[in-house]
Amino acid sequence: MSTLEAAQNSVEEKGLNPNKLVSTEWLAEHLNDENLVLIESNEDPLLYSQGHIPGAYEVDWTRDLNDPLRRDYLQVEAFSALLSRIGYTPNSTVVLYGDKNNWWATYALWVFELFGVTNTRILDGGRIKWQKDGRAFTREIPTAKNSGFTATNRDDATVRAFRDDVLKHIEKNGKLIDVRSPEEFNGTRLHMEAYPNEGALRGGHIPGAKSVPWAKAVNPEDGTFKSIDELKALYEGEAGLDSGSETVVYCRIGERSSHTWFVLKYLLGYGNVRNYDGSWTEWGNLVGVPIER
Amino acid sequence: MAIPAKLQEHIETLAMFPDRQERIDMLIGMGEEYKNFSPSDVVRDESCKVPGCESEVFLATEPLGEGLRYKFAVDNPQGISAMALAQILDTGLSGAPLSEVAQVPEEIVFDIFGRELSMGKSLGLTNMVKMVKAVAQASR
Repeated sequence: MSTLEAAQNSVEEKGLNPNKLVSTEWLAEHLNDENLVLIESNEDPLLYSQGHIPGAYEVDWTRDLNDPLRRDYLQVEAFSALLSRIGYTPNSTVVLYGDKNNWWATYALWVFELFGVTNTRILDGGRIKWQKDGRAFTREIPTAKNSGFTATNRDDATVRAFRDDVLKHIEKNGKLIDVRSPEEFNGTRLHMEAYPNEGALRGGHIPGAKSVPWAKAVNPEDGTFKSIDELKALYEGEAGLDSGSETVVYCRIGERSSHTWFVLKYLLGYGNVRNYDGSWTEWGNLVGVPIER
Repeated sequence: MAIPAKLQEHIETLAMFPDRQERIDMLIGMGEEYKNFSPSDVVRDESCKVPGCESEVFLATEPLGEGLRYKFAVDNPQGISAMALAQILDTGLSGAPLSEVAQVPEEIVFDIFGRELSMGKSLGLTNMVKMVKAVAQASR
C-alpha cells in the first residue's frame, strides 16, 4: 500500500466514500498537487485571516455564495468569477473545509453542486481536526492565475427543493428529515436555543418529517464524520430512510441541512436527496401550509 | 448616553479602516493581545457562561475604578472573534462608571465586526455585550 493510499485509511476504515471525503493525512500529502484547489469556508469571519491550511482560498458564505439583494444564490456570472479567481479548471479537485464541523464547507459544496461542479471533497474533521493533529496554519494568502473558467447555468432541480416541491413531496408521503433541534422540531421553540427568532410565525415541523439534528452525524471531539455503520443506524435504523427513496432535508435557512444532505448523498450514497433551503423561515411563515407538532 | 471613552476610541479606530481585510487584521491583532484567564480567576460555571456563544465564554468581574473589571474566559482556541471582543470590552469598559456601561448599545458588535456576520456569530458576540451590561446594571 502506498503512502497516499494509507493516508486515506481513517476514511476508508470508517467505510466512508474516499472520493468525497479526505483525511487530514491525505490532504497533508497532497497539498502541493497541481490540480488541488483548497477552500476554507467558515462562520467566523476572522478565522481564515488568522491562519489557514497552506494554499487555501477563502470562500465567504455571506459575500461569495449569496445574491446580494434577493434571497437566492449567486448567478452563473458571479460563480464563474469566483472559481476563476481561485484558479479552478475542469481538471481541478476541490477540497473544502471549515469551522463548526464543516457546516459552512458542506454548504459551499452544495452551492458548487448547483452549478454542476461535483469534483469536490470535504476534509474530514475540517479546521478542528487539522489543528488537533498539530498541523501548520499560515497567513499567506495564495494568488491564482485567473483561470477564465465559465460555469454552466445553475440547476435548481436536482439537489435543491422549493416549497411547491415540498408540498408535492408530502402529498405522496415522501421522506423528510428535519435537522433542527428537537425543541424547534416539536414547536416549543421557533429558533435555535439562545438565537433570536428569525421571523417564523409558527412552530413545529413539516408533516411526516423525522427529527435528526445535523450534528449527530459528527464525532464531537474532532469534528470527523461517524462511521458508515453509525450513520446507517442513525438515518436508516432510527429515521427509517432508505437509499432508494426521494428525500428532502431542511433546517432554518438551509445551511445546517446542507451538512445532512452531504451525509445522505455522498456518505450513504442516496440517489435522490434535495435540500429545501427555504426551510423553516419560509415554511413557518407560509399561509395555509400544513404543520405538525 | 455616551459610550465610555475608551470603548468609543476602539470603535473610532476601527472605523478608520473601511476596508474589510484591514479591519479583520486589526481585530485579529486585538484577539491575539487577549490572554485567557485561569479557572481560579474566572470560574467556568453555567451561571457566568455567556449564552449562545459557541466559543464557551465565561465572565467574571472585580471592582476597578468607578466600576468593574470585566474578565472574559475564552477556552476555544479557534474563538478568535470572541477573544477580540473580550479584549475590546475589557480594555474599553473596565473601570468605567456602571451607569455608562449599562447603557452601551448592543449594536456596537456590528460597529466592530461589520454586518457580515451569521445569525449565530452575531448572537454570541452580542450576548457578550448584553452580559456585561446586565452585570453593570445589577451592580449599580
